[in-house]
Amino acid sequence: MSNTAIELKNLNKWFDDFHALKNINLTVNKGEKVVICGPSGSGKSTVVRCINKLEKHQSGTILLDGKKLTNNPKSVTSVQGDIGMVFQQFNLFPHLTVMENLILGPMKTQRQSRQKAVEIALHYLERVRITDQAQKMPSQLSGGQQQRVAIARSLCMEPKVMLFDEPTSALDPEMISEVLDVMVELANDGMTMIVVTHEMGFARKVADKVLFMDQGQIVEQALTEDFFNSPKTQRCQTFLNQILKH
Amino acid sequence: MKKICLSLFALLGLCSCSSDIWGWYVINPTTPSGWINIKFLVSGMGNTILISVTAAVISISLGLIVALPGQSSKRAWRIVNRVYVELIRSIPLLPMLFWVFYGLPIIFKSMGLNIPIDPFWGAVITLAISDSAFTAEIYRSGIQSIARGQAEAAQTIGLSYAQSMRYIILPQAIRRILPPLANQFIYIVKMSAFASVIGMQELTRRANELVVTEYRPLELYSLLILEYLVLVLIISAGVRWLERRMGSDE
Repeated sequence: MSNTAIELKNLNKWFDDFHALKNINLTVNKGEKVVICGPSGSGKSTVVRCINKLEKHQSGTILLDGKKLTNNPKSVTSVQGDIGMVFQQFNLFPHLTVMENLILGPMKTQRQSRQKAVEIALHYLERVRITDQAQKMPSQLSGGQQQRVAIARSLCMEPKVMLFDEPTSALDPEMISEVLDVMVELANDGMTMIVVTHEMGFARKVADKVLFMDQGQIVEQALTEDFFNSPKTQRCQTFLNQILKH
Repeated sequence: MKKICLSLFALLGLCSCSSDIWGWYVINPTTPSGWINIKFLVSGMGNTILISVTAAVISISLGLIVALPGQSSKRAWRIVNRVYVELIRSIPLLPMLFWVFYGLPIIFKSMGLNIPIDPFWGAVITLAISDSAFTAEIYRSGIQSIARGQAEAAQTIGLSYAQSMRYIILPQAIRRILPPLANQFIYIVKMSAFASVIGMQELTRRANELVVTEYRPLELYSLLILEYLVLVLIISAGVRWLERRMGSDE
């Protein structure tokens, strides 16, 4: 077994005639934490969405654990359980309780018994520190709590990789840290993570590698230390100056 | 029931006492012949309800079957859905009823099938198919009203398309589309009157038959309209109850 969790080779993606991703090359090793940042519209969410096949890619290859991912719907379904995804808008199922949100995937796609699924769900609810809310509806929770439930929901599938698409962008400022705390713990446990975020503090603390994207390209890719201390490109320096100014 | 009829009759009498065009004796519940006529007219109610409910049940299932290809990412499936909806929606009910009742058996026979179509099934099939185009559109708007993120979240926990529909999308959509679906049921009840044309013994047919023997169309059709009014009011009350109930657990 190789040490590579995800590998993107010359990935290209078009939305009609808009060239959204241009020759993306990226290697993520097992246990590695990668943060992707960049201005909005730069394609960072699209990279993540191509990896778990919410978007089709038009050329290039995506390897998960050395296996090639295609756009074929059947193979897509089989692979999606291996890749956890946390959305900006949480996307909890509003008609189901927190517990039902968590056990649906394991019961329906991994054929687990309800008892086993509940056991796993409680374990992860504990990790995100919301065990006492298991029987509530998502709408009864705060944004931060909802996002932590969403993280637990992904973890219940016991994924090999976790993707985060701006997980704190829709949250009130005082709730951001409770979500980031959970993500830091997850990182410390050795989960492979790709995180699209503007939280540079989090990136500094957790990331092994930071990617800066602009206009569908990876402009800069560096180890976290180097990225913040000595950004090579002018574009990246400007971006960092702007978001670190305050 | 006799009391209700009596009070209604009294009311109508008041409205028409100054005029000599009315002949309410034909449905006067105090006379034996009038009472027999009323019972004859109202006895069509059972069939009207039976046709409507059967057609509605079929239409609700058929509508979903028609709506789902419309959500497909494959163009061919979406075209199938569009063609069905546009075609069925544009056929007036009465010609379709004639086609099903008089035409369809000929097709069946040419295929070597011996499937007789009686007035009941003729009416039910026509109403159901005709209505399914509208039901399908209601499903479509309901499904589309569910945020895209829901289907995406379902995908990311590994649910297949069918599972995502079954556990995530439809349970949420159904709350939004029940009121318009119920509305559509009222439409079916009213359109079931066309079944009288192919000899189905329902409310309108009963009224027609009595008009032929009694020569009092004004009074008999007035009562007929009243019968539909009562039926629809009952359904409307049911729909409002349903809306309140569903609104409360949001």
